[in-house]
Parts: sequence; structure tokens; C-alpha cells
Amino acid sequence: MTFDRRQLLASGGLLVAFGMAGHGLAQLAGGGEGGAAPRPVRPDLPGSLKSNPVLDSWVHIAADGKITVFSGKAELGQGIRTALRQVAAEELDVPPTTIDLVTADTARTPDEGLTAGSHSMQDGGTAIANACANVRMLLTQAAAKRWGAAADTLSTNGKAQVTAPDGRMLGYGALAADLSLSVEAIPNAPRRDPRHYRTLGHDLPRIDLPAKLTGGAAYVQDLRLPGMLHARVVRGPSYGTRLARPQLDRARKMPGVVAVIENGRFAAVVAEKEWQAIQAMRVAQDSDYIRDLPPLPVEDGPHRLQKLPTREIQVLDTHDGAKPVWKTVRGSYSRPWYSHGSIGPSCAVALAKDGGLTLWSHSQGVFDMHRAVAELVGLAPEKVRCIHTPSAGCYGQNGADDVTAEAGLIAMALPGRPIRLQWMREQEFGWEPCGCGMVTRVEAAIGPDKRIAHWNYEVWSNSHNNRPVGAGGYAVAQEITPGFPAPPPKPIPMPEGDGDRNANPLYVFPNMDVRYHFVPEMPLRVSALRSLGAHLNVFTIESVLDELALAGGVDPLAFRLAHMQDERARAVMIEATNRFGWAKRPRGDGRRGCGMAFARYKNIGAYCAIAMEIEVERETGAIIVHRVQAAVDAGQPASPDGIRNQVEGGILQSLSWATREAVTYDATRRTSFDWGSYPILRFEEVPGSVAVHVMDRPGDPFLGAGETAQGPTSAALANAIADATGARLRDMPLTPEVVKAAIGLSG
Amino acid sequence: MVTMLGGVRGRTRWLLALLLLAVAGALIALALSWRPAIAPIAPPAPGSFAPEQVARGAMLAKLGDCAVCHTREGGRPLAGGRPLATPFGTLYSDNLTPDPETGIGNWSAAAFRRAMQDGVSRSGAHLYPALPYEHFTHVRDADLDALYAFLMTRRPVREAAPANRLIFPLGFRPLLAGWKLLFLHHGETPVDPMRSSEWNRGAYLVEGLGHCGGCHTPRNLAGGEIRSQAYAGGIAEGWRAPPLDTSNPAARTWTQEALVTYLRTGISPDHSAAAGPMGPVVESLSQVPEGEVRAIAAYIVSRMGGSPAAPIPPLPDHADAAARAFPEGAVLFAGACAGCHGPGAPMLGQGRPLLSLATVLRDTDPTSAAQAVLQGIEPPIAGRGPKMPGFADTLTDRQVAAVLGYLRARYTDQPDWKKLSAAVAKARKEGAQP
Amino acid sequence: MTLSITVNGTRHQVDASPETPLLYVLRDDLGLNGAKYGCGLGQCGACTVQLDGKAVFSCVTPVSAVGDRPVRTVEGLGTIDRMSPLQQAFRDEQAAQCGYCIAGMIMRAQALLDADPHPDEAKIRAHMQTNLCRCGTHMRILRAIRRVAGVPNDGAGA
Ligand code: FES
Ligand code: FES
Repeated sequence: MTFDRRQLLASGGLLVAFGMAGHGLAQLAGGGEGGAAPRPVRPDLPGSLKSNPVLDSWVHIAADGKITVFSGKAELGQGIRTALRQVAAEELDVPPTTIDLVTADTARTPDEGLTAGSHSMQDGGTAIANACANVRMLLTQAAAKRWGAAADTLSTNGKAQVTAPDGRMLGYGALAADLSLSVEAIPNAPRRDPRHYRTLGHDLPRIDLPAKLTGGAAYVQDLRLPGMLHARVVRGPSYGTRLARPQLDRARKMPGVVAVIENGRFAAVVAEKEWQAIQAMRVAQDSDYIRDLPPLPVEDGPHRLQKLPTREIQVLDTHDGAKPVWKTVRGSYSRPWYSHGSIGPSCAVALAKDGGLTLWSHSQGVFDMHRAVAELVGLAPEKVRCIHTPSAGCYGQNGADDVTAEAGLIAMALPGRPIRLQWMREQEFGWEPCGCGMVTRVEAAIGPDKRIAHWNYEVWSNSHNNRPVGAGGYAVAQEITPGFPAPPPKPIPMPEGDGDRNANPLYVFPNMDVRYHFVPEMPLRVSALRSLGAHLNVFTIESVLDELALAGGVDPLAFRLAHMQDERARAVMIEATNRFGWAKRPRGDGRRGCGMAFARYKNIGAYCAIAMEIEVERETGAIIVHRVQAAVDAGQPASPDGIRNQVEGGILQSLSWATREAVTYDATRRTSFDWGSYPILRFEEVPGSVAVHVMDRPGDPFLGAGETAQGPTSAALANAIADATGARLRDMPLTPEVVKAAIGLSG
Repeated sequence: MVTMLGGVRGRTRWLLALLLLAVAGALIALALSWRPAIAPIAPPAPGSFAPEQVARGAMLAKLGDCAVCHTREGGRPLAGGRPLATPFGTLYSDNLTPDPETGIGNWSAAAFRRAMQDGVSRSGAHLYPALPYEHFTHVRDADLDALYAFLMTRRPVREAAPANRLIFPLGFRPLLAGWKLLFLHHGETPVDPMRSSEWNRGAYLVEGLGHCGGCHTPRNLAGGEIRSQAYAGGIAEGWRAPPLDTSNPAARTWTQEALVTYLRTGISPDHSAAAGPMGPVVESLSQVPEGEVRAIAAYIVSRMGGSPAAPIPPLPDHADAAARAFPEGAVLFAGACAGCHGPGAPMLGQGRPLLSLATVLRDTDPTSAAQAVLQGIEPPIAGRGPKMPGFADTLTDRQVAAVLGYLRARYTDQPDWKKLSAAVAKARKEGAQP
Repeated sequence: MTLSITVNGTRHQVDASPETPLLYVLRDDLGLNGAKYGCGLGQCGACTVQLDGKAVFSCVTPVSAVGDRPVRTVEGLGTIDRMSPLQQAFRDEQAAQCGYCIAGMIMRAQALLDADPHPDEAKIRAHMQTNLCRCGTHMRILRAIRRVAGVPNDGAGA
């Protein structure tokens, strides 16, 4: 869908209208981006309550006072368990430790669609906050009834008790006994007053860390079910290839091998012990390979996208009357294909038993999965249960979905035995969907008033969302016979967008023409990677802003503020730059330099401004990041430290993307297959310091913060390089070689 | 790369030889050693050098690997201070940035040329031959001036190198005059009119700035390159630099093409990956124009002789026999190495060379093979490329020896290495950081 | 084949073929979760354990190579209720996101601190260089290590 900014402008309330429209639509989408989001049945309710309005799908209170909260969102390492428990504890007004949290299990929790797109707090957190507020309201009313008192004279005390002014108290357990929670929520149950928050907004230690620090069972990789077997898939080097002569008969004879599964081109070995499965897989893979798909675009890199057929999407088209042009800047920007690069290759456990199939998966979309895998293996959806189990961070759609589908297929062939399947490192690199390569092109001008006169923007991208909602979405679906065709790729409509995510500037520019050249054909297999198209779009917009500011002789911060009306956006920019010491920053001197950038993720999520000081080692082209200062406004923070942790991580990951990452390939296969061929940022290369300031926004709606730093960080880096050296770098990754070529040889 | 003293090992033998030499040559040395200081100058303005000259100097600095020795771990490029371990103590490289007090800021071009060609500092003091002036002396004045222009246009870094820590009496620099008398041979690299200009360019680079012989030529007792055995293989930082003459042990004859690929990427499909001190050489050469590397390769390949047209022998892989001869090695290989190097493993699936192509396994000396296993391989270029973990803390000397014995038996037709455990122990000791 | 190894001070008999990488013996035979499979290539450090006090990649350590040398895993440092100082520092700094790399980080850092209780910043970074974290938790990991090393933190993250 497209936005007509003219109409919004004419309505006289551009930013408010835009922000609200965006927010409303986002919530309508229910589960977030892509996937088969659950259908809203009560659009008047906040967050995921829209599609799951009944309270007892969210909260149980046992007679002994034990509280269980259910969430359809999953712990991906972002600390959501801790944050959701804080939300629930606050709105129920109980100590957080008394709450048991059950997450993303198709048999037990509400369907909240995907855990993606920084929606977990926006949708899931909001739903739990309101569901719990409803429950607290009902508990208070129940107490009022028992005591014959007016409900509004009663309060709760933070200890799971309702209290009366005269000192009487009743525990939630006792009250819950005469209360049914199988009622629908009301939209406006009274929320706790932010001034009296006991839990929300406090830094609570993460619940999941102690086990992770001491070797507790914390990951799907750690599941050990009785009788469990270990499986490995037998594959060519990367997606689009197959082995010419897989040595399955040799593998069958290897020690410990229980079965060799063959279905069409799909093959897997299953053994008693993990090492035996690996050994058998190696033997089976001792073969050359054949490529079945068209060659990879060795010559063009991401610019290949500009040569493929497109579907045109007009994102913005505004006409405010021609303005005089003083200086114009033009440029084309790009990023290569990225790997998710999870430290733990994808893993799943599957058990076929009694006509049903249970899957333990770290997919971000267990609800889609139980339908899609059911279709793949030929079971009714209700026969497939999918339990989210944490793993290494995925940052989008890595191999988690594929590996679970494959584990399901193997388990169906060996009923009664749990099957643990883990991809090898090289299989993860070779077969996971990559983050999209992308290209943008801009032509923009400032007038004599040093304000932007017009803004023409184009972006080329594949779909960033090829998450499986049916069997055909899994790579294995095209390997088995009979197979399932891959579904045609679809863009995600605005305001979330995918390739065009954040292509619509939050700044107020006149005369904007923003187009999304959506490219259905995918040179490399791609799907969601943290922040989707926002990464390159923000990189581009924020680079161009610096170029225009430079052309106009205006300070980059002042130039941005002159075009920004959103108060919260202004506030994070000012906060980050004040803390950074922007006014007194060292000026670019050939080596040292400073840069800043800003974005509000999707224009409806968290606000983030980044300032950084870097140094370019001219002899080598190496970039040394001395310090980074960020300010983030994510609405009411559940745990400010949780947000800091996420944003720090986003900053480092974005620096890694921007400075060194690129999936390499030759015509027949990906050649990034290990950490030598796909290097990422390491300890000696991380910044000297990173500071993240979280804005205090008591009681404001939650805005997901997990992806907000990706675009601004890469952009601030490019701006700092330009400040330091005068060289404007537009094609990531900004490797030493690229930097050196751009800056020449002066000392 | 520590080209000169750094590579020479065998402390006692050396010590004796050097002391003798020192005593015998002391008088002559003293008499001959005196050199005048060259007057300091005010640091020239960076703008006073032509940009083309600076660019050329930058390229030459890469070919000469200046920054490798003249940059300490975590330090600013060319600011020196890198420790070079030698059997005679530890030397620290000098600061080459134009800082007047700690660097070469007050050096004139003439002073710089004298240092490169004669091994004499601006002050008149003799320089230790860790600076391979016996090679640099062959570099033409115009190239030295370009290098000078490049260095003098760097940003000055104020950083004094720590004092050398040498055993008595080697701290007495006039002794070096005696060394030079024996080993420093001035003069240009001769041009061979029968050869192509590419070959002659290669000869000039290899013999001069590239100082390849610094590692690949064996040295005599006093640490001088043995000219009669040029490129017969040498020692660098505890690794063995393979011979670049007809005795080069590669399984496949080096072609110019293969060598260019290897020198610019750190790996060639027909040869193993660059490791140890060769890594930084590759990093440097990945940044110079391909034509220069082609010239280097043309010259080196001609020295290695071998005819690429010769029939290609089949690659050995005697898995069963090797396992019988080295059962422990076979087991260790299966658990520690086969995950990358075994059949069906990712490295081979990606077209990385078979271990049968690994030169280090075919060398008569197991030193580099031992170092590769102990230290592993770091990707040479910006963290990207072949990567192998080191096993120094994982495997004992005896276990490394077992693996090496197995590798040699399995992947080559060469006779077993002798006294492997001791060789591994020695390699471990000499590979340790100073 | 029965082999015996000492892990966290306890002698174990395990039935595994002798080349089996220690990682799989720890995880599958001894039921220890700390060491993780990340690459199996000795390139990421997720599987890091201590062998005779040194940090090694258990994914490329054949179990038969262990011999009498003691193995220490993150389970041997401390427990949930009684964490070691380094584990506690990681907790205090909330130094994890997904946490998959963290057990390896702790074991590598512990090896450094055992050898040098007060390493400086450059030494810490150089030592940790071999271990990868994709979540970008590096700054917190460094803070946790500095805490135990007694190196003042830089005030970042305020
Ligand atoms: S799993 Fe051992 S280093 Fe990656
Ligand atoms: S915390 Fe996720 S990889 Fe380090």
C-alpha cells in the first residue's frame, strides 16, 4: 500500500496523522510482518488481544495463588521473557518471581504470529499489560463483592493481594477461585499508574541468564529425550545445488547408523550418537555437486537486481510546488547479501508418536510452522504441536524453519524415536536464506534557503519475507517427491514495508518521489534479516542528509533538526549528541572524524540516534571506532538495561555488517561457508566504548527496540568516515581496501 | 618477517662463532666503522613531494613490507617498536614516521638512502642487519626517494622504540662494520638481456626491496646469507621458508599463474595456504598492482625451474598404510583434522587444496608443518581467507608428532621424518612470541 | 572403546570411539551443556573448555588426546546458586543476549585470568579475539572480565 503524503499534509496534521495511521495498521497486522498473522476478532482491543481477546488464554491464577502467564512470543535472546514477566508483574501488581511464563507453544499459548519485527513488546507486551490489567480489575471487583465495598476504594499492594482502606486483605488465589477468566478483555481496564510502578521500568536481571552462565539446559540443542537419535542432512554445498553421487550406501554401513532417509533429492543419516551421524554424513557427502538453479550473479553483485524484472510500488509521491534548486546531490548506495551468522547452527528435535508430531524448534513462527509442517508431512494441523525452544540468536529467518521441517520429515519416517537434527556450520552458511542484497538511488537538492527542495528516491530489493506459511516455503519441499512449489514472493505492505521499510523519511521534505522496485526473482535465497530494508534505506537517507548538509555548509545535526518536526525524534537526536559532546567534537582532520545518524524504526517503532567518533588508519584503510553514543526512545521501557543490551548488540552487529560482511559466491555456489570466508567483528575490532541512553517515557506505549540501531549505526559510520577523510562511501562493506581506494595516499 | 638475525637459531653455536668473529674483526672493524653524522634537516612539508612520487613510494613500501616489521602489535603503522627475537637478544624496530625526535623527521633524503644502502643511521651509527640492507642496497635511488617521500608524508607519531636488549658485546655497534665487510655487497641487480622485461623487473624486486632471500636463503654462522645457496630455503620466526630453487618441494610445479594467485590471495588451488610469516607478505602483495606480482612470480618461477608441461603425477593418499604405520596419528587426525580436511568435509567441498598438495608435508624438514599444526593459520587479508585453529594447547608434542608422521605417510611418497617429537618441541619453543 | 577422562575433578569412563571430539563426549556422554557446537572447525570458540588450564576448542580435541590432562567446563566453575566470580561478573553485567557463545567466553576468559589475574585491556581483547559473539555482547563481556581483573571500566553504558 502507498501513502499519499499530500492528503496527509492537507489534513494539516502530517506527523500525528502519519504516526497514528502507522500504528493502527501495525496493530491490525496482529502478529507483525509477514507470516499468516492471526485474524483480528476484536479490533478495538490493544496489541495481540485483538486476535485472542479471552483473558484465560493469557493468565491463569491457581487457587494456591500460583500465576501463569502465556505469551505467543518467543525468547530469541532479546530478553523478552524477562520483559514480559515485568509487564505482567506490574499490571497484576505481584512480585515478578511469582509468575511462571509460558511462551510460544501451539498447544498452550495464544497465537501471536511471528516473533519478529520488534513487535514483541508492541503487540505481545501490550496484550499482556492489558490482559493483566483486566485481571487485576476483575480481582479487585471480586474482592469488592465479597466485602460489599466499592471497587474504587480498594487497591493492590504489590504482593498479590487486594487491600481495603480498613486493612483487610485478600490473596489473589482465594479471589481467583470465584472468578472465571474465560471472558473477553475490555479495552480500557485501568492500568497501573506509572508514578507508582514497582517493576516496570526497573532493571531486572534476565531470568534466563543464570542457566546460560552455568551450563544449565537452555537451548533446543540441549534437549535430550529418552531414546533420542541424531540426524544429519546430506547436501550439496549450498542452496540450489545437489550432490551428484551421494554415498548413501557407504553411509549406511557406518558404525551406529540406524537409518538413511531418502525422499526425492532429500537425504539424511540417522545414528545413535551425534558424532556417528556426523561421520556418516561426511562419508555420504563425498561427492561432487550439480547446480540446478540459474547461476549466481558473480559479475554484478547486488546490482544484478537492477537488471531483473520489477513490480513498481510508489511509496510516496508529493507535490508542493517546485522550489528553487541551489545544490544537488546524487548517489547510488548498496549493500551485499548478508548471512544471519548465528553462532549456533540451526537445530530441532522432532517426535512422531501416536499419529501426531511434536516439534521443538527455535523458529520465530511456531504458529505458522504447525500448519506448514503439517502440510509438508501430510498431517492435520492439530496433530502437529510446535514448542518454541531457545537457541542461538537468529536475527531473522535463518535455518531454524528449514531444519525443523526436515527433522519432522525424518521423525515421520522413524516414529517413536525423538530425532535431533542439527545443521553443520557450512550447511547453515550454505542453505539458510540470506539477508537481501539491495541497491538505492537518490537525487536530492537543497534550495538557497539551505532546506531540501526535492527528494527523489528509488530502492531495488527482493522480498525480505519468505517465511514459510505453507509447506512450499521450506527448502526441503522442493527436494522431496512429490514436492511443493515455492510460493511466489510478496512484498510486505507499508507502513511496515520490507525493501521499502524506512524508505519514507520521517523528516519533512517537500516534493518527494519514493519508489520501490520490487524484484520477485531472487538471485540468492533470501528472507528476513534484522531490520529488513531499513538498514540500507536509513544508510542511504542519512548519508544523503550529511551530503546535503555539507553542500549547504550546515552542521549535520542542525540540518536534521531543521527538517524534523517529531518532538520525540528531535529529543533523541539532541540527547545523543549532547551526551556525545557534538558541539565540541574533534573536527575531521584526515584521520579522526565524527558522524551521526537517526531513524525511527519503520517510522512506527523505537527512535534511535547514534553519534560516533572514529579514526581511519590511512596506511591500512582500517577503521577504528573510538566511541559510540546512542539515545533510544522505545516508549515505556520494561527494563531499560534490556533495551541497552539489545541496542548495544545492534550497534556492534551493524558495524560488523557495514565494515566487513558479504556473502561470497561463485557462479555455482556460495563460497562463504566458514568464519574465515565470512568474517564478523571480533574483540580487537569492537569500539573503545559504547553508551546507550534510554529515554524515560513513563506510561507511553511500548515500541520495540530490537532493530532500531541497525540503520543509524551503519549510516553514522559512513558519515564519520566522510567527516574524517572527505570520502563518501556508498557501497558496503566498507573494507580497508575500499576505504584505502577512496581516500588515496595522503598521510 | 624477521629477515636477518631473527631467523637464525642455535644459540650456543652462534654465540661462539660470533664472539670469535667479533674478536678477530674488532680492530679492523673499529678502524673502518666510523661514519659521519648527516646534518639534521627541518622536516619537509608533506606538500613538497609530488603526489605521484608518494603513491609510488606507498606501493614500494608494500613491496618491501616495511610496515610489517615497523609496526608493533596494536601500534600505529610504521611507528616501530616491534620486538624481533634473535638468538642474540631482542631488537626493536625503529619509528619510520616523520617525527623529528623519535622517528626520521629530521632525516634528509641522503640520510635515508645511506641507511637503506649502507645500513648507517643518520647519526652515523651502524644499523643491525635486521634491516635487510644487504638487499635494499640494490634498490635504485629513484625508488628510495619515492619511499622517502611516502614516509615523510605520513603523520608523525611520537613514539620511541624501547632499547634493544642484546647480549654482550653485540650492543657495540661498530662491530657491525665487520659484518658488513663480509656480507654487504653493493651494486645494482644485473639486467639479463636474454630475459623479458617482466622477468628483469621481478629480479629487481625480489633481490632488492622484496628481500625474499632474507627468509628463503640459508645463512652462515655469522648470519649472512650464503650467496652460493641462494633460495635454497631458510628460516623465519621459527618457520621454515621453503626453497625457491629447483629443490622446491611442491607437489605441483609452480606456474606463474598459480604463484600470482597464491601471492595475492594466500592460497592457490594447486598448493596449500600461506602460513606463518608468509601471511603478512601476502597481505602486502594483495595491495600492489598485479603487474608487479606477475613480475615477482615470473622471476621466482624461473628460479624454481620445473616444467609445468611435465606430466602431473597422481596425488598420493595412502590412508590405510599410514594408519597402520601411525595408528595414533590416524585417530588424532580423524578427530582433530578430518572435520575440515577429510573427504566430504567443507574445506574440500569448497575446492580447498588436498593435503597431498601441502608443500610443508613434502619438505625435508618438518618445521613448518609442525608450526602450521601448532599455530594454525590466520586469514591473511582483512580477516578473510583460509583459517585454521592452532593446536599448541590441544595436542602434546608427541601427539603433534604422531599426526605429522601420519600426514607425511598418508599424503606424500616421501620418507618418514625422523625425530619428530624433538622437532615439534623445538618448533613450539621457537614459535613462541618474544 | 572405553576411555577415561577427568572432567571438573571427576574421573569418568566413557564408551566412545577414540577420535570422537571431546565436545560430543561432554555433551552426549556426560550430559554437560556448557560447551556448544558452533562450527566444529575450531573457528568460533562456542565449544571452548579448559584442558590442563589452557583454553582449547573441544570440537577439534580428540577425546583420546586428553589423556590424564584435566578438563574443566563451565559447569566446573560454579553453580546457579554459587557462581564463580567470573560467572557472577557476567551476571552482574548482564553480559549475554542469546548466550550461546557465553560459556565459551567464560572458559576462555577464565584461562587468561588463571594465568594473569590482572591483564590490561589490550591483553584481554587479544586473548578473547578467537571467540565470536554474533549478538554483539562484546562490550559487556569485556566489562565482566575487567570486573574480575580489577581493570576500571570506562563508564560506558550509563
Ligand atoms: S565449535 Fe569449536 S570452535 Fe566453533
Ligand atoms: S550472546 Fe548471542 S552469540 Fe554471544
